[in-house]
Amino acid sequence: MPEIKELVTGLADKHGRTRESLLPILQGIITEERFISDDALTEVARELDISAALVYGTATFYSFLDTKPRGKFVIRICRTITCDMKGKKQIINTLEDLLKIRVGETTKDKNFTLLETNCLGWCHKGPAMLINDDVFTELTEDKITEIIRDYMRNI
Amino acid sequence: MPDKKLKRVDIIFNEDCNCNEVLTNSLKKSKDEILKEILDSGLRGRGGAGFPTGLKWKFASQEAEKEKYVVCNADEGEPGTFKDREILTRVPLKVFGGMAICAKVIGAKQGYVYLRGEYQFLKADLEKSLEEFHAVLKDIGFDFQIKITMGAGAYICGEESALFESMEGNRGEPRNKPPYPTVSGFRNKPTVINNVETLVDSFMICRIGSQKFMELGTTDSRGSKLFSISGDTPIAGIYELELGMALEDFVEEFGDGDTKAVQVGGASGFCVPRKKFKETIIGFEGVPTGGSMMLFNSSRSMYNVLKNYVEFFEEESCGQCTPCRVGCQQLKKGIEAIKKGEKSASYLKTLQKLAETMKVSSKCGLGQSVANSFSSIVDNFKEEMIY
Ligand SMILES: Cc1cc2nc3c(=O)[nH]c(=O)nc-3n(C[C@H](O)[C@H](O)[C@H](O)COP(=O)(O)O)c2cc1C
Ligand code: SF4
Ligand code: FES
Repeated sequence: MPEIKELVTGLADKHGRTRESLLPILQGIITEERFISDDALTEVARELDISAALVYGTATFYSFLDTKPRGKFVIRICRTITCDMKGKKQIINTLEDLLKIRVGETTKDKNFTLLETNCLGWCHKGPAMLINDDVFTELTEDKITEIIRDYMRNI
Repeated sequence: MPDKKLKRVDIIFNEDCNCNEVLTNSLKKSKDEILKEILDSGLRGRGGAGFPTGLKWKFASQEAEKEKYVVCNADEGEPGTFKDREILTRVPLKVFGGMAICAKVIGAKQGYVYLRGEYQFLKADLEKSLEEFHAVLKDIGFDFQIKITMGAGAYICGEESALFESMEGNRGEPRNKPPYPTVSGFRNKPTVINNVETLVDSFMICRIGSQKFMELGTTDSRGSKLFSISGDTPIAGIYELELGMALEDFVEEFGDGDTKAVQVGGASGFCVPRKKFKETIIGFEGVPTGGSMMLFNSSRSMYNVLKNYVEFFEEESCGQCTPCRVGCQQLKKGIEAIKKGEKSASYLKTLQKLAETMKVSSKCGLGQSVANSFSSIVDNFKEEMIY
């Protein structure tokens, strides 16, 4: 809780304390924490002097401003049509096997969350995915296995 | 019948362009000179709606209000579109240059690039280019600054008024129109919002002249356009092509020999089946596109394609108005029920009526355009929806 307070204060110092600062602050929390906890929400509301309901209502509008607990690495696979056609389903299956979770879940060690998302703007190189802000394209089962092993090694 | 043949063009990514020089020279011109050039070129917005860019700038320039803004729409969320990312990666100075030129015309001092959250990885490089750009402006003595604002994973924020709401720190819910952005946009001040590509085109028109641009394309669709080509094609990617070609030529060039349909304009665009390739013109007089061209060959189920689109809309609807929120849910349930045999084939007609109702009663372009793909797919591939 004290760390959250520090984080939010720091972000508010950087981005300001107006309503227009709200999204940059929430995005800053995501970068650090991967999700916005109740404590963080309350803290933001206090810093900006608006109601926690407003903060919550705004955050939940945006699919990247998660309010549910997420792992250190959030994997988002594109589910839109051309990635789907290029084998997104196998990629999901491989990931589910590797991480032993289903889409929507987080690993027990809180390292990985597996999600689907809409078109990422890499349709000519599908299937595509994001891990946090990093892009991976033209995924194959081998490629994805390697990528995840790399992440696991570096945790 | 189209009289244009498929022709590759190299304006957007053209590397012989000295951006700083073009910018300096353009900003030396009077605002009326620039405006005339953009108006004469016939350039229409590349973000989908195709509003004449010169007119938009003119309207904003006529507003008496002192505080005005230029916004670059880099939310690029339409399924099958990826050209703005490429522009921002390869020629960011042309985008910023277009914004500065627009700022000169309308009298703005502040600009914003609204970048979709999925493109966060571009931000650091863009900020570096911005430093260079701001230094040039300082040398010229032109008072204009650009900031980057990040989106957070919401397709609807590409809709201009939702984008302003998002920039103001709110839920990205579209506003009522009118008033239009040129009167009341970001912070309720006169704002020009343009697609990334439109801004580059404006910049390049200042360089090559409206005449050169006008020589390309047709009366209704001047110039060239970037196409994002994906799906069943051996050469997926980004191509700049002259507007006004027949879809048939396009398919010949980019198809895999077995193309059964092309979705023109993304999930909110139209599906054109093989039998209509010949008569279909790509441009504002035919089927317009923000650049998304998805090819499907005969191995694909058009039911799966339609279901994927409807799910996309259901998820991305902001939920603010009932026709769109509930309509998307019902369309999805409806096609699933027909496929399972729980509803008879005639129920498709009911669903099409619902889509038409959404077109006239939804508040913004999202709900209004669901019927485009829904009806064009259902009309042309009815059997695939049922069996
Ligand atoms: C649901 C929806 C999403 C949109 N997404 C985008 C987008 O990602 N990029 C874009 O430039 N325009 C998008 N638009 C169109 C914008 O509202 C606006 O018309 C455009 O940015 C104007 O720029 P232009 O005249 O240069 O095309 C979208 C519209 C709707 C209704
Ligand atoms: S049409 Fe859909 S996206 Fe647009 S305002 Fe209504 S609910 Fe929101
Ligand atoms: S469809 Fe997957 S990135 Fe566009």
